[in-house]
Amino acid sequence: MRRHLLSIDDLTVDDIDTLFDTAAEMHDVQNRQVKKLPALRGRTVINLFFEDSTRTRSSFEIAGKWLSADVINISAKGSSASKGESLRDTVLTVCAMGVDGLVIRHGASGAAKQVSEWVDAVVINAGDGMHEHPTQALLDAYTLQRKLGPLEGRHVVIVGDLTHSRVFRSNVLSLRKLGASVTVVAPPTLMPSGIDGWSKDGGFTTSYDLDAVLPDADAVMMLRVQRERMSGGYFPSAREYTVGYGLTRDRLALLKPDAPICHPGPMNRGLEIAADAADAAQSVVLDQVSAGVAVRMSVLYHLMAGEDSSE
Amino acid sequence: MSAEQTPATPGAPATGGRTVLDARDIARALTRISHEILERNKGPEGLLLLGIHTRGVPLAKRIAERISTVEDHTVAVGSLDVTMYRDDLRSHPTRSPHHTQTPASGIDGKVVVLVDDVLFSGRTIRAALDAVNDLGRPAAVRLAVLVDRGHRELPIRADHVGKNLPSARAERVSVLLDEIDGVDEVRISDAPKSAVKEGVA
Repeated sequence: MRRHLLSIDDLTVDDIDTLFDTAAEMHDVQNRQVKKLPALRGRTVINLFFEDSTRTRSSFEIAGKWLSADVINISAKGSSASKGESLRDTVLTVCAMGVDGLVIRHGASGAAKQVSEWVDAVVINAGDGMHEHPTQALLDAYTLQRKLGPLEGRHVVIVGDLTHSRVFRSNVLSLRKLGASVTVVAPPTLMPSGIDGWSKDGGFTTSYDLDAVLPDADAVMMLRVQRERMSGGYFPSAREYTVGYGLTRDRLALLKPDAPICHPGPMNRGLEIAADAADAAQSVVLDQVSAGVAVRMSVLYHLMAGEDSSE
Repeated sequence: MSAEQTPATPGAPATGGRTVLDARDIARALTRISHEILERNKGPEGLLLLGIHTRGVPLAKRIAERISTVEDHTVAVGSLDVTMYRDDLRSHPTRSPHHTQTPASGIDGKVVVLVDDVLFSGRTIRAALDAVNDLGRPAAVRLAVLVDRGHRELPIRADHVGKNLPSARAERVSVLLDEIDGVDEVRISDAPKSAVKEGVA
């Protein structure tokens, strides 16, 4: 396994299997009375978040704490970054305090990779701009694998704002690595430019017609419609988006009854996902959250517990 | 978990050295340990045999089978992974943890018998005691090992020992079990140079 986790491309299929096996063991720890393992005792992890996040940050925080690491959260709001300090200075300052792991979210694509070149600490990408969000993709695939068994040959449909979604990019990479077939669905305005070339290389298909794709899906992933995009002219109105691409009650009926419904959260109920779908028995939204802690524990453990490869 | 005493590749037969215990010796030792455990506990009630990965797990199962045969009473068996509790985590590449399995009823109030193949430095058992501590509060914890080869680095001793095997620190003791290695055998051999440098388990 490589030293940092910046992209799903950093991982081989064997790496992913190893991470999932360990995550399954970590999952058991969540059900224990003493939810604590000593593996990262004496090590420090900093969550450096330049963008708002509740679940990813708290998920990393819990994961680190259950492994006995000291976890410190720094968010850009109220930090020196808002006083105009550069990313490089912020990161170097933080690392000068003696940090072993840096979990970073930043609005600029490639920020995590850039940071990994500046510091000695292990860097984990918790979302960089419109590029990638590898731990989200891992927890999605892990959740689906627990529900469906091996993903080889399974058909996963990803729906939503593909242009701005780092979750989608990481997910396509991981699902394809694991042998699933992937169809991505979006309105033409939210389909990334140049996706035809990528889909050919990456081996996935694109569609504008959700109703046509859903009956064949073994799982469906709804992406969040970011409200701030609404004013961007990508679609005429929220209602129009829902009619074309929301997982409504009618569309729920098209889906196989045992096909898991994923959503990375936070959900806009009534916009991209109807309450009927969000609360359906086949919805795995909360499974994703608990899987998130287990998968992040596994990532922290594998990147940070062993011998430091740089030494 | 006695990775240092066993072949680097699980399942690879140890080459060279001499056989200290053959299959029948191992069977007799396990039968005696089973009786000792029963005697000490005054019966099978409340016993939980926890095998320490890797080779303690099949050993715990075998002891449980023997106890069940003798007493006509099934004994709870589980497995314990101590990877996360080791004191040498940082000096090796990261190892994946194995599965820890305990009865759904938990380990509180049980008499836990830890089962491992080789007792050497005692560090694995120290890690196992910490792991047990996080799982619950047993009434007592005891230790059964197939081979005690000495060279303790911590104040730890076994309650039930299959064979005391005086050894030089540099020698290598390999326990091979049918379930994992396809043969039941305990061998002792001169350690390769690299293993001498690594020192202890």
